[in-house]
Amino acid sequence: MTALVVQGLSKSFGGLRVTANVSLTVAPGERRLIIGPNGAGKTTLFNLITGNITPDSGSISLFGRDITRVPSHRRPHLGLARTYQIITLFPHDTILRNVTLALLGLLPLRWNPLVDLDRKEAIVARAREALARVGLDNIAERPLSQTSYGERRRVEIAMALAQNPKVLLLDEPYAGLSIDERQDVQKLLEKIPRDVTIVMIEHNMDVALDFADRITLLHFGEVIVEGTRAEVVADPRTREVYLGD
Amino acid sequence: MSGNRFRSVGVAIALVLLATLPLWVGNSYYINVASQILLFAVFALALNVLVGYAGLVSLGHAGLFAIAGYAAALMLQAGYGHLAADTAAVVITLAASAIFAVLALRSTGIGFLMITLALGQIIWGIAYRWASLTNGDNGINVATRPAPFGINLTGAPGFYFATLLVFLLALASMAVFVRSPFGASLRGTRDQPLRMNALGYNVWLIRFFAVLFSGFWTAVSGLLFIYYNQFISPQVAALTTSAEILLMVISGGTATLLGPVVGAAIVVVMKNVVSAYIERWNLVLGVIFVLIISFMPDGLVPGSVRLWRWGWQTVRARLDGWISSPVEEHGR
Amino acid sequence: MMVQITSAQAAILAVNSIALGGLLFLLSAGFSLIFGLMRIPNLVHGSFFMLGGYFGVTFLDRGVNFWLAALLSAAAMAVIGGLIERFLLRRLEGQILPQVLLTLGLAFIIADICLMVWTGDPWQPSPPPELRGTAQAFGMFFPLYRLAILGVAVVIAIALWLMVDRTRLGAMIRAGVDDPVIARVMGIKVSQLFTLIFCLGAALAAFAGVMGAPYLSVYPGLDFEMLPLALIVVILGGTGSLLGALVGSFLIGFLYNFGQAMFPDLAYVILFLPMVLVLVLRPQGLFGRVEA
Repeated sequence: MTALVVQGLSKSFGGLRVTANVSLTVAPGERRLIIGPNGAGKTTLFNLITGNITPDSGSISLFGRDITRVPSHRRPHLGLARTYQIITLFPHDTILRNVTLALLGLLPLRWNPLVDLDRKEAIVARAREALARVGLDNIAERPLSQTSYGERRRVEIAMALAQNPKVLLLDEPYAGLSIDERQDVQKLLEKIPRDVTIVMIEHNMDVALDFADRITLLHFGEVIVEGTRAEVVADPRTREVYLGD
Repeated sequence: MSGNRFRSVGVAIALVLLATLPLWVGNSYYINVASQILLFAVFALALNVLVGYAGLVSLGHAGLFAIAGYAAALMLQAGYGHLAADTAAVVITLAASAIFAVLALRSTGIGFLMITLALGQIIWGIAYRWASLTNGDNGINVATRPAPFGINLTGAPGFYFATLLVFLLALASMAVFVRSPFGASLRGTRDQPLRMNALGYNVWLIRFFAVLFSGFWTAVSGLLFIYYNQFISPQVAALTTSAEILLMVISGGTATLLGPVVGAAIVVVMKNVVSAYIERWNLVLGVIFVLIISFMPDGLVPGSVRLWRWGWQTVRARLDGWISSPVEEHGR
Repeated sequence: MMVQITSAQAAILAVNSIALGGLLFLLSAGFSLIFGLMRIPNLVHGSFFMLGGYFGVTFLDRGVNFWLAALLSAAAMAVIGGLIERFLLRRLEGQILPQVLLTLGLAFIIADICLMVWTGDPWQPSPPPELRGTAQAFGMFFPLYRLAILGVAVVIAIALWLMVDRTRLGAMIRAGVDDPVIARVMGIKVSQLFTLIFCLGAALAAFAGVMGAPYLSVYPGLDFEMLPLALIVVILGGTGSLLGALVGSFLIGFLYNFGQAMFPDLAYVILFLPMVLVLVLRPQGLFGRVEA
């Protein structure tokens, strides 16, 4: 059984090929790191996997199920969650409400126009629990607009974890963080149990090396190297991509 | 908790005032103005579902309003009873809302606005040009008002109470809706549609239901309107109507429960007052739009509060300058 | 419900359709560029058309030459358009709702001022003397002026196309329509470009208003009759596309005239049907590009 399989995925915008025949196989519980310089097509790959962008060709499957044609809003229901590189949270709401919305997204309750959401204590309690996992339960009631960048990054992760994903896509979770904040996030990610498969994008290779079981190097939309940590680091093509230009 | 109690008392006082309004107003002209305010408040609340909570600006709602009015007026003219005519009008308007939604939700932002504007103009064109159906510019008379459970609505007070009841129902439905999970979902699609999609929400379908919900109360207000005027003409479907309602929503403050109600009161009163003195309502409407946008972009209610505070602080600063005194310390 | 028409009537309708199409192109070319480039839903565009028409009839009333009147009116409207863009719209950049309300408010103000100044009666000036006659073809007589409208529209269409396709200014416009953010990064002075395009759009609309006056006449309500037509032309043709505006204009010109003659009750519905179809089947418009 595999967690995530991407096969021959391609996508062009205008004449520009942003994803070129990419294939990936991620095993259950694996920590996969996707690296590559800016513009390598890492975020596009995530957008293809989540269905925000439709591929020109190729297929994506999640635990053996072909999801290439599944509408993007159905994919979280199949166990796929993601965080964003550029933080996209709900600025007018509290941290707690942000996480509640993440939980609600997978529940039929989200269609209910008649009950008071704040009185649905079970779901609010679960949201608090998710916040406790990232150490933000003490400021749950704070409006998001009054939080720091590092706290928002943790809210992002709490929202993804709250959905109990089987496959979690992390898009540069360390971007823009101070060293302290980065260590907090790092500890947090290490605590995620192995029944969650994680694919992480990182622009800066050194930051996330220890975290990864296997590494895929993307360049101009193509897979250049794939292998274990040691293999990729030792590969001359990695040097070429990172130092060559 | 004292804030809550304060609010409950406020709501109770407002309810008592509204319920006894015909007694202390007396004059039927003013009672009718109150009915107008309430019926347009229902319309404004309906539009606010889209403008305020969904972030979708519709300029075609006058079309939906007119569809409800014309459908009921035509059925009444054809000899159907009030219940049948009104039910059919609501169903037809819901169907029209669904068509509006399917077409306009191809797009959001400006696209949505432009498409609803165009759709609204189609309705206006039908009302105006398809004379064999709608009687064109001459409009259609509505002979009688309904008498639910034998209660007579012919007089101004009777009609006022009926409108008040409908208004309160609409307001209550909004209050429940806003606090509900679906309301939270809708606001989420307004703020971060892509994120909502990635969290498992079907953004399109959420917006579609919001258009239907808005369409329902628009239909109800359209029915109130034709029973109030006992007449409908193409003017109802004109862009001016959509603009007026939008002004109500904006002027009161969008995405608030009471904003559209305050806005409806302001616009209706102003329209009645202005119309009594000059013919130039459109000019006044236009000037208000430009002024509000230029000086109070967040709406009249929040904007006035801001201006008032600013004015008060300026005055106080002056006063403090004159009387440099210990009063200041007590004042804080 | 359908009214039968003879082939002679059809020929006249065809000429009227072409004339209306020409006017619509002048109106919607500017609307489309403003919409495509600045993302501003300019609801005051129909008012530019009407106000331009009123300016024109006033000049004509004073004995000014027809073409000069049209140019003067266009120039006056360019100034008004520029002022609106600089002092009112500029402050609301990127805020759709306020922009809509502002342009809508201005449209109401202009409508009422026009009613005060030019009264509620329609004004219908004569065409310029050299175009008052008829042209004979296929044994029928066609009013020369309506054919002239087409000629003027074609000339302006070619000029616009050359401007957009062949000049530096045009390259900037195209870049701006394709991707405003990139255009800004590339150092295009977007702000000046916007003002220029807004002035140009206003001037074209006013010019069309004067050109249209001898044919449609100028009357209260003309603004909100023309605005939706410009709107459907742009939805049909795709935003920011001149070719789309051209094709859309003539399509609407024909539908409007033939629809009104053959299905008087449903003319307005017929007018909007292609728009509905395009929205369902090809939401970016016939000649619009898909946004990445």
